[in-house]
Amino acid sequence: MRGRRLSRNAVFGAGLSGVALAGVLNLAYSTWRWAEFVVLGVVFALAFITAASWAVEGRRKAVDRLVSNVVVSAFLVALAPLALVVYFTAVRGIPHFSAVFFTHSLAGVPPSETGGGIAAAIQGTVEQVFLATLISVPIGLLVAVYVTEYGRGVFARAIRFLVDVMTGIPSIVAGLFIYTFLVIGLHQGFSGFAGSLALSILMLPVVIRSAEEMIALVPKAYREASYALGVTRWRTIVSVVLPTAMGGLVTGVMLAVARVTGETAPLLLTAFDNNYLNANPFKGQQSSLSLIVYTQAQQAYQPAIDRAWAAAATLILIVIGLYVVARLLTRRSAFRHG
Amino acid sequence: MAKRIETIGLSCFYGKTKAVEDVSLTIEPKSVTALIGPSGCGKSTFLRSINRLHEVVPGARIEGKVLLDDEDVYDQSVDVVAVRRHIGMVFQKPNPFPTMSIYDNVAAGLRFNGVRKKSELDDAVEQSLRAANLWNEVSNRLNKPGSGLSGGQQQRLCIARALAVEPSVLLMDEPCSALDPISTLAIEDLIAELKDRYTIVIVTHNMQQASRVSDVTAFFTLAGPGQPGVLVEVDATSKIFSVPADKRTEDYITGRVG
Repeated sequence: MRGRRLSRNAVFGAGLSGVALAGVLNLAYSTWRWAEFVVLGVVFALAFITAASWAVEGRRKAVDRLVSNVVVSAFLVALAPLALVVYFTAVRGIPHFSAVFFTHSLAGVPPSETGGGIAAAIQGTVEQVFLATLISVPIGLLVAVYVTEYGRGVFARAIRFLVDVMTGIPSIVAGLFIYTFLVIGLHQGFSGFAGSLALSILMLPVVIRSAEEMIALVPKAYREASYALGVTRWRTIVSVVLPTAMGGLVTGVMLAVARVTGETAPLLLTAFDNNYLNANPFKGQQSSLSLIVYTQAQQAYQPAIDRAWAAAATLILIVIGLYVVARLLTRRSAFRHG
Repeated sequence: MAKRIETIGLSCFYGKTKAVEDVSLTIEPKSVTALIGPSGCGKSTFLRSINRLHEVVPGARIEGKVLLDDEDVYDQSVDVVAVRRHIGMVFQKPNPFPTMSIYDNVAAGLRFNGVRKKSELDDAVEQSLRAANLWNEVSNRLNKPGSGLSGGQQQRLCIARALAVEPSVLLMDEPCSALDPISTLAIEDLIAELKDRYTIVIVTHNMQQASRVSDVTAFFTLAGPGQPGVLVEVDATSKIFSVPADKRTEDYITGRVG
């Protein structure tokens, strides 16, 4: 029943010596290379731990350690870009936060000078994303309800297929479509609302797909219990199915919102950016956070580039804030299962 | 008011598969009728065809007639929603609505059909919970989630929910199979009380239960795998369990098959 076990310290030692070996090999080069050090370090550490375990604990435990370590490493690899993006944006952006930055537009501020801010951009982003959500959430939910609850046969399958195709639309194409159709085609000109329409093209498939999955997860038993009470199908969907799926639905919507909040390409040809504050999303060019990051980052002057970082940090904070709010909302609104 | 159910030549299909074949059965009001038989013999399908829940499954359909006090529930002019209001159902696994409180669960059927008055709902909830022998256990926590109750309490909550819309028939699809013996006893006592006011049809795998709670027992079986279920015989429960007319019934209840 008892076998020899590798102690915690031994595991740690084996891992550390792997990292050390990677360090020594790296020093043999003339310059220190972080990327190679990290990759080699992980590989050597895993190899050393597995070898030590094989020698002491036997094959089964060694394989077990190898697989769990690979899984954890893969998780860390997946997490690293996210952590680095947040870290660098925060470090370069947050120091440039100031009261002026959040309360002023870029009106009359040349790229070479400090000052000015993202008030117009924040307002533009909030209005455009809000309108896009207002358009795509009701439509998306209804489509998802149709496909899961009513749709049968060829028509429903066609809708599913088209939604999949829609997921693959490049975001610039969504912008181009609104540009040709609305901005120049119907002579509406640039506006925040045109941007919202382009964004909702991107939001729709995300909302539909996630809602479809969430609705399909609601057990049949609840629907049947409702039907058996003499409740109509539509009322069952509204009062039983959707509330049961609410947590997932809100999460899906938030994912879609988060996705389009950072979109730049569809806004380039629709909202078109504006250095001046334009509160009306239905008339005239409007700024947005993503557009301001794009335009300011292109400038050759440090003040503009600083503003781009700070705007990017603001954008990330807003998206994280939305997630937190959505989590809190769903936690409060629904009873837990089982 | 309790109503009589009569099926005439009822066959149930899932797509091309026939699950139940040619069942003619009369279920008297204010009595408990137990449907017994081996797994796959179509008892549940038969039960679900009575309140037209069978047709919820894509491709499912029936042939024959189901009469509720001489009215064909499958008639073109009959509203399926109205049928289900008259014929309540309790399922195998307790399934209180997970997002609703105890109160809301019981009130659901009325609310979703347009009853708004608070006093009316309050009365219906209390009456139904009392009828389901659950009132004393939950009266002080009506606003707590229904999913927080024990399995047996959840099942009685589901019975209360079904009673709240004042059906005339109560269908029970193995209502105790997920419950412990004490909760089972509570449900069986409840069935005995409810039969004064309702027509009750109960599907069960438990033959002791059938003999304890039912007045009439119907035995279903199937000739073999993939064959449709058929009704073998129906008679007073005491007779089915002592001197069944059919050899297949005798084999089943004495445990020689199934």
